[in-house]
Amino acid sequence: MAQPEINPDAVDKRKQGSRGKIKGRIVDLNSLVEVQNLLGDASRQHDLLIEHLHKIQDYYGHLSAAHLTALAHEMRLSTTEVYEVASFYHHFDVIREGEVAPPPLTVRVCESVSCEMAGSNELIDSLKASLGDGVRIQPVPCVGRCDKAPVAVVRQYTVDNATPDSVKAAVDAGAVEQPMPENSIDYDAYRADGGYGLYDRLLAGDVSGDEIIKTLEGTQLRGLGGAGFPVGRKWGILRDQPAPRMCAINIDEGEPGTFKDRYYMLSDPHRFLEGMLIAAEIIDIEACYIYIRDEYPSVIENLKIAVDDLQQKSGYDLPHIEIRRGAGAYICGEESAMIESIEGKRGMPRLRPPYVAQVGLFGHPTLEHNCESLFWVRDVIEKGSEWFDSQGRNGRKGLRSFSVSGRVNKPGVHLAPAGITIRELIEEYCDGMLDGHKFYGYFPGGASGGILPASLGDIPLDFDTLQEYGCFIGSAAVIVLSDQDTAKQAALNSLRFFAHESCGQCTPCRVGCEKAVSIMETGDWDIEQLQDLSTVMIDASICGLGQAAPNPIQSVIKYFPHELGIEEQQ
Amino acid sequence: MAANPDNIFETIEFTLNGQSIEALPDETILQAAQRTGTEIPHLCYTDGLRADGNCRACMVEIDGERVLAPSCCRNPTPGMTVHSDNERAQKSQKMVLELLLSDMPETSYTLDNELMYWADKLEVKNPRFKPRHQPAADLSHPAIAVNLDACIQCTRCLRACRESQVNDVIGLAQRGHHAEIVFDIGDPMGDSSCVACGECVAACPTGALSNASGAHQVEADRKVDSVCPYCGVGCLLTYHVKDDKIIRVEGRDGPANFSRLCVKGRYGFDYLYHPHRLTKPLIRKEGVPKGMNEHFDPADPSKMFREASWEEAMELATSGLKTILDAQGGSGLAGFGSAKGSNEEAYLFQKLVRTGFGTNNVDHCTRLCHASSVAALLEGIGSGAVSNQVEDVQHAEVFMVIGSNPTTNHPVAATFMKNAINNGKKLILMDPRSTQIARHATYHLQFNASTDVSLLNSMLHVIIEEGLTDDKFIAERTTDFEELKANVTDYSPEKMESVTGIPAETVREVARLFATSKGSMIFWGMGISQHIHGTDNSRCLIALSMITGQCGRPGTGLHPLRGQNNVQGASDAGLIPMVFPDYQRVDNPEAHAWFSDYWKAELDDKPGLTVVEIMHAVLEGQIKGMYIMGENPAMSDPNLNHARAALAALDHLVLQDIFLTETAAFADVILPASGWAEKDGTVSNTDRRVQLGRAAVPMPGECRQDLWIIRDIGKGIGLDWNYEHVSEVYDEMRGAMDSIKGITWERLNEQSSVTYPCADENDPGQSVVFTEDFPTANGRARLVAARVVPADEQPDDEFPMILITGRQLEHWHTGSMTRRASILDAIEPVPVVYVNQHDLDNLGVEAGGEIVARTRRGEIKAFARPDGALKQGEVFIPFCYHEAAANLLTNEALDPFGKIPEFKFCAIKLEAA
Repeated sequence: MAQPEINPDAVDKRKQGSRGKIKGRIVDLNSLVEVQNLLGDASRQHDLLIEHLHKIQDYYGHLSAAHLTALAHEMRLSTTEVYEVASFYHHFDVIREGEVAPPPLTVRVCESVSCEMAGSNELIDSLKASLGDGVRIQPVPCVGRCDKAPVAVVRQYTVDNATPDSVKAAVDAGAVEQPMPENSIDYDAYRADGGYGLYDRLLAGDVSGDEIIKTLEGTQLRGLGGAGFPVGRKWGILRDQPAPRMCAINIDEGEPGTFKDRYYMLSDPHRFLEGMLIAAEIIDIEACYIYIRDEYPSVIENLKIAVDDLQQKSGYDLPHIEIRRGAGAYICGEESAMIESIEGKRGMPRLRPPYVAQVGLFGHPTLEHNCESLFWVRDVIEKGSEWFDSQGRNGRKGLRSFSVSGRVNKPGVHLAPAGITIRELIEEYCDGMLDGHKFYGYFPGGASGGILPASLGDIPLDFDTLQEYGCFIGSAAVIVLSDQDTAKQAALNSLRFFAHESCGQCTPCRVGCEKAVSIMETGDWDIEQLQDLSTVMIDASICGLGQAAPNPIQSVIKYFPHELGIEEQQ
Repeated sequence: MAANPDNIFETIEFTLNGQSIEALPDETILQAAQRTGTEIPHLCYTDGLRADGNCRACMVEIDGERVLAPSCCRNPTPGMTVHSDNERAQKSQKMVLELLLSDMPETSYTLDNELMYWADKLEVKNPRFKPRHQPAADLSHPAIAVNLDACIQCTRCLRACRESQVNDVIGLAQRGHHAEIVFDIGDPMGDSSCVACGECVAACPTGALSNASGAHQVEADRKVDSVCPYCGVGCLLTYHVKDDKIIRVEGRDGPANFSRLCVKGRYGFDYLYHPHRLTKPLIRKEGVPKGMNEHFDPADPSKMFREASWEEAMELATSGLKTILDAQGGSGLAGFGSAKGSNEEAYLFQKLVRTGFGTNNVDHCTRLCHASSVAALLEGIGSGAVSNQVEDVQHAEVFMVIGSNPTTNHPVAATFMKNAINNGKKLILMDPRSTQIARHATYHLQFNASTDVSLLNSMLHVIIEEGLTDDKFIAERTTDFEELKANVTDYSPEKMESVTGIPAETVREVARLFATSKGSMIFWGMGISQHIHGTDNSRCLIALSMITGQCGRPGTGLHPLRGQNNVQGASDAGLIPMVFPDYQRVDNPEAHAWFSDYWKAELDDKPGLTVVEIMHAVLEGQIKGMYIMGENPAMSDPNLNHARAALAALDHLVLQDIFLTETAAFADVILPASGWAEKDGTVSNTDRRVQLGRAAVPMPGECRQDLWIIRDIGKGIGLDWNYEHVSEVYDEMRGAMDSIKGITWERLNEQSSVTYPCADENDPGQSVVFTEDFPTANGRARLVAARVVPADEQPDDEFPMILITGRQLEHWHTGSMTRRASILDAIEPVPVVYVNQHDLDNLGVEAGGEIVARTRRGEIKAFARPDGALKQGEVFIPFCYHEAAANLLTNEALDPFGKIPEFKFCAIKLEAA
């Protein structure tokens, strides 16, 4: 009897290829067992996807398609739900059939502004030539050690002020762990110094939540992640939201030039935790999620120890506290993207409204803070708002933790009065410019905060003071450029960074960053095109990344026209 | 100011481009603008999908806001001032279009390119930016071409795949300008888990996803609204017709599908043009033996048949029937109508058999699917129809799916279930197989095949023992509770655990969840009905619903998912041996008298024989002639060797179909008929909705309308039938059926779909029935206790495994249509046996290797397909492959009440070929 003859090519392909296969990928039973072993009895709830991906990546050095398929099955997700998350984060290496897994050792070399200025490109070329096939040299965006530029990271071991020789030495020595800080203030030491005393007083009713909020509202303590929203007001808003309420802590410090959070979390983590607990108590928060960038393994470890100590030694009836590990995505420092990431998804910012204070983590009202904002709570309450506000300079109030890098003698985290000028900061805190370098310009607030020329070196650095110049202070990451640098190159570096880190969700940012880079890379900037692009990226992007990405472009056009061969704009 | 009680919808007044306009509640700026005549460009937003606000083409300026806002995602507030046409807003709108345009290929893959439309509208030309590096085309799927060079990352396809259909195949992977639409783990679409529902194609604004046939680049001559010809879900659709041929199918916004379709509905239409299509009447050649012998060839009928004129064929067809009628009377004849035809055809067919043949020997494939469910439902609650519609699942808190694989067999209904789950409803799945929907289930009870009664009785046991019953409902609306209670005392879940394989505590949790939820709904399929204890299975489900009072409200009730497009309607129309239209029993003197009068004919007053019984009667020499319309018992009946022997034994078989089906091998006369898209007529879906199908294309060759072939057969055997229009038959049928009294032909033309029962023309139809009482003599539901009856044939040393038969997504019933639909056949071209990987390893057969499946009744050879959905010891074989017909293997043992064969359980042995 004859067969129906239909579409012979497709039939043939199917007959040959897929007659023994249900649709889609088959769960490989061995891979499933491997994944089950790695996950152990950890919950399979969907928000833990990134945590589970880390387990596989850490153990196998990459994520094979078979493991992803098995993980999807194990977590009752579709394979694409797992893949789209895995492929979003740069610290995951998805390897499909026929693709070559990365070498066992990866050396990440930072190529962001400060490191590029310190010669990271040459370092990358040299390492690629010298370390051989067994080591992957991966240029990466800012790893948060800009004061030690250039920086290389051998798996997790950081080589500061790296040279080809020092990196090779680290590789040869098999150094792969990030060392733990030596002088971190632990639970006992913190407690001995009066730590958690304020929290105790709050719990005992000696001080009320209303009083604390009132004090905070009376100070200039503002969100130190960059947005600068007044801390006291935020708590007040959250308190009025319906329960359950969540807390999400942002330690995804990724803005090139910024490393203050790392500094505080390594040196004095309990000061931040006390601030968090005070907020949680006053706002009646059910759970606190602490999100830490994957580039900071020692911070993750230090906070795990701190939280463990707190849970085991304090005797407090603590809210649920979870530490979550990022996976290489700057965008997750954006508050709503971070929430998505904590939920185990791609870190794509949400549209506002609704605001995260209303609809945040797992759909609940969420208090989201940069860790440093909470770090200062104890001091502000204990020492009083007058103390805090009296610290300012040039008419501004409060303290700022400047992360200074670039061409100065003493880069690092400098706690200085808000409102200090860049010239004062360089001279008083950074021991001046490097020998042979003349102050030329500066990023006042990381890659996204724009670039100012030396001629504008006397502006008070604080929230609200830089808007009129098309810049902002953000996380107070100051990168100092000298006459050996160009703003144009620094801007290109920044735009490459934004193109690399754009989540890809909205057209102005996804396409805009890429088109801007391609115009800037020609060296011959088409000002009109770049201006048009900038306007629309600022006006129409979903989140701060796309809205701020054009700042360096506009700064160059506005303040460094000579580099473009055009007349200075009036 | 007090709210105006007359104004339920508080509108929001705001200013758009200087004009004051009013937005309806929940309306976005974009929607309000569109409704009031202001166009704002938009790409990632489309009706029916969640607004995502990613493309930023719809940006507007709102006074007082720092940046622009996406109008698709913003609701206006009173007094808001919005500008969509000022310089700032337009600059962004145009730049977004320019950026996207700079990365577009030169030629569009669709005539309906929304990006081109808006670019044209806003006069955006010649983008200034350097184009991106373009991805290669992915043409690996037979149905869908993937050209991501036209992709604008708007994620409409993703939302269609994941939020509407919940097939979860499409993802957005990578990030930044590398962000890309992917299938599974970035696999070629043809290798992915894509089920080709085509929802992504329908959603795509630029043709990056389009029909592989290129149909989106062709302008249709006309578009014809109709209904899908496949499953009982009853999706409304629109045929796009060019040069009198269907070029593509588009989902239409029907109440049962919300514009969604599945692969069969969207891509399975070109069987109409298959070279095997019969176009001329055929008469068996002298001396050529009947049967699936060397003369039988669907590609070349001339080996077995000769072409004939309609006059000659009809003369032979009717004279053959008349000869038997004259010699033996009606008892020598039987007719199989079709659940794939229209209501009018079903009605006229049963009327032909009843008034022309004078017998009730008329049946159809309902016997093979839900006969036992209907038996239990009629006995228990007086009606075989569903109590609540599929869509009602959104109002449930919990719903149970048992013995049903909805993602395969009722794909669009399954999307409603998955939507409900995504909205927080809980699914209790009970199935021996870990079907696709299992991933979404809160509980999946993967019980041992055929232990349904034990499992369900143990649930009843828990509910009664733990006092979770709805005593008021039991007291006021049921009878025989004490008998039920006494019966289930023996069935504690602890005792049943070893039988069903389900831990007692799980059964207890599930029973509590079901009993105490605000609304619990039950869906079931052939896994319940196709057992010799099928009626008992359904009795348990009815009892479960009744004793918990989970009936008579939205989000509750009983829903046996109907298999074929018109199995509900054909049954309603009386295409079953024991009842006239509207389930009026032939042995009820009142009904008998009424129909005798209505039809002006002498009618048989004894129930006729059912499908399998008819085959037995043929072999016993009682039935000598048959008229079969659009059914294929030589593939669909159990134990085919037996059924085929019966067909071969007939003196006279008249077959009416569009292809030379396997049954045609036994025919004496074959009458070439009409395909669904070639006819006007109504069908009734699983939800009790009468829906109107319209002819979209002409019939080929000398094919004739099925309805008029039935009429002419009637005339040929002496009936005075003069129907000229489908509506005349419909009106006569409506006159005999109170259930559809209010659904006139005109109303159907206007509304396309009307729910029944429908009392009059102003009645919208009752979506939920049994709200006050049941259509039984005393208005109460009768609870019927069920005892365990083991499956007829248990595995043993010789045949150690269990065979379960069923369907694949792409293939329909016996495959006569779908295996001739090029895309469906390309996706699933060869017969397969699904086996657990461990069993396959034990057999020493590789995936894709050949395997012989043997039972006491027959054997087939097919390809082995490992399937994690199956437990060890269980085998699943789809029954659509004529070259490996699963029904050669199945057991014809019948359920004593529903007379349905045990397709879901028999003993089988597998061997390497």
